[in-house]
Amino acid sequence: MSTNNQEALVRVTELKKHFPIMQGVFRRQVGAIKAVDGVTFDVYKGETLGLVGESGCGKSTTGRVILRLYQPTEGRIYFEGQEITNLQGDRLRKIRPRMQMIFQDPHACLNPRMTVGSIVSEPLDEHSVVKGREKKKRVEELLSLVGLNPAYTNRYPHEFSGGQRQRIGIARALALNPEFIVCDEPIAALDVSIQAQVVNLLEELQNELGLTYLFISHDLSMIRHISDRVAVMYLGKIMELAEHTGLYNEPLHPYTQALLSAVPVADPLLERQRKRIILQGDVPSPANPPKGCPFNTRCPVAVEQCFHIQPEWRQLRPGHWVACHLAE
Amino acid sequence: MSGLTWSGTKPKVLEVNNLKTHFHTQEGTVHAVNGVSFYLQEGEMLGVVGESGSGKSVTMMSLLQLIPMPPGKIAAGQAIFGEDDLLKISPDEMRQVRGGQIGFIFQDPMTSLNPVLTIGKQLTESLETHLGMTRDVAHKRAVDLLQLVGIPMAESRLKDYPHQFSGGMRQRVMIAIALSCNPQLLIADEPTTALDVTIQAQIIALIQRLREELGMAIIWITHDLGVVAGIADRVMVMYGGLIVERADVITLYRSPQHPYTQGLLGSLPRVDSDRAERLTNIKGQPPNLLTEPASCPFAPRCPYAYERCHQENPQLLPVSDKQEVACWWDIEQARPRYEY
Repeated sequence: MSTNNQEALVRVTELKKHFPIMQGVFRRQVGAIKAVDGVTFDVYKGETLGLVGESGCGKSTTGRVILRLYQPTEGRIYFEGQEITNLQGDRLRKIRPRMQMIFQDPHACLNPRMTVGSIVSEPLDEHSVVKGREKKKRVEELLSLVGLNPAYTNRYPHEFSGGQRQRIGIARALALNPEFIVCDEPIAALDVSIQAQVVNLLEELQNELGLTYLFISHDLSMIRHISDRVAVMYLGKIMELAEHTGLYNEPLHPYTQALLSAVPVADPLLERQRKRIILQGDVPSPANPPKGCPFNTRCPVAVEQCFHIQPEWRQLRPGHWVACHLAE
Repeated sequence: MSGLTWSGTKPKVLEVNNLKTHFHTQEGTVHAVNGVSFYLQEGEMLGVVGESGSGKSVTMMSLLQLIPMPPGKIAAGQAIFGEDDLLKISPDEMRQVRGGQIGFIFQDPMTSLNPVLTIGKQLTESLETHLGMTRDVAHKRAVDLLQLVGIPMAESRLKDYPHQFSGGMRQRVMIAIALSCNPQLLIADEPTTALDVTIQAQIIALIQRLREELGMAIIWITHDLGVVAGIADRVMVMYGGLIVERADVITLYRSPQHPYTQGLLGSLPRVDSDRAERLTNIKGQPPNLLTEPASCPFAPRCPYAYERCHQENPQLLPVSDKQEVACWWDIEQARPRYEY
């Protein structure tokens, strides 16, 4: 949780991921979905970086590219100073155990025909040398670490509730003692009271094991709760990045401002007084993003230059970065 | 039914008494709704909050006879709407009410529209059936409706199919269909859950505007305590197929009396205040509904539960003229609420 220790565990520079659009008999490429279109940020050791945005903004793709689940189109990825953008074969396999992922849908990410024990021990079989009794012990240890009864090893995923399944997914991610975990909307499919359980568990594990998280979510309140720093994404680009207090107390980008004002607060008196910035229209297609600033089609304060020139990525306060011509 | 009259004495649009809905499955009988009573006044917005499996959707679906029967069965209850009991009328009569006097909006705008029919066809269908409009008149009204819900170029968009609309736009179309026959009552079942926050803000603003313009009563079902805070007049909280707390919106958020409501509010991080060290969570899992609740359904997860909670199921009783709660324990006084 300490952000004073500003050593980057993960660094990405000008990262891009374009998915080709193929058409016609010869499957020629006619365009590209620019899912991630030039993002640059660091994830410091021991921190939680929140990555927030609406659906289709490229936040999940960013997480997957960093883990090399997708091959980036352009840009570089560093893990502990070592460039991993183009690692292949054995050298990539060596780095894999150190970075893991927790998925959104606890129903889809566990194989229904495997027991909990075999799900959690699969990474151990793949990557480590523990065998037999020692492996069994490790699996039981992992299950109790995430608050499940170690006696459940022979049960199947369908016997568990959503929150418990998410715990199994977390145990699997922790199996190889990773340093970095991408949490891709880990609580989006859970009920409110269960969300709090899972978030508390993730925080406890972070304190205990010194983990670094990239926490991807569309839920601005939860991101505020769990993150040390927050990056706001829109149409494949990062619009604003700051420490969570800076971002929530003084949002500089008009998109962040609108996003924050749109979140309903569980306080009826306050809600009735709040002024909402209601954005018009929908997010443009990432296959054909607008020229200039990607937000210009919905921005309530856009001026002439926003439609022609892409805003620079500027540091306006210490540690508070924003991509907007008008922000001061 | 309690005689609370905190929001004036306007005529009641809907009065539901002791509704029970069961599902007969292979594993046994699922007691989805276990005796729910509520009413709704003209022009009022009632928020219904609960987690999945709390019975909030099944309650509303039962009223509209939308429960698949079998396996579902409405075991008891009464739902007075106008002169009719919605639970007793024939399917033909129900067809007149559904989409006519009662409009409804479902959660998922992707699956609730028919993908092979144009938006225009789906909009005019109910106008022609319920209001007996001719094609031309219905067409004109459909254009008006699309404009009302803020869809630009309404005339030409009537020829489009659902896949040509974005999620937010589809939900606007659903709202247009729900409103097409000037309903007295609109039931919105998680209408913004599948949408992004900025689109959610658009839809909420739209429904608020329409409510002011058209004055219908609205039941808004959601799991998001934030959404109803800003828009509802009264809120009821459901758990295990029962109403555990009901109050006017300001009282409920300021002084929740049921441990479950408190837990729900505590487990929500806030976007507008400094972060708490830890979210208070509700321990354990939602209840198994295979047995009819004989004791308080929340007792196994409740930090205040004592003997009586495991023996008897508390009734929903008033604690003030604005608030009712179904709980044996008085949180504020830290003692049992009622004498044995």
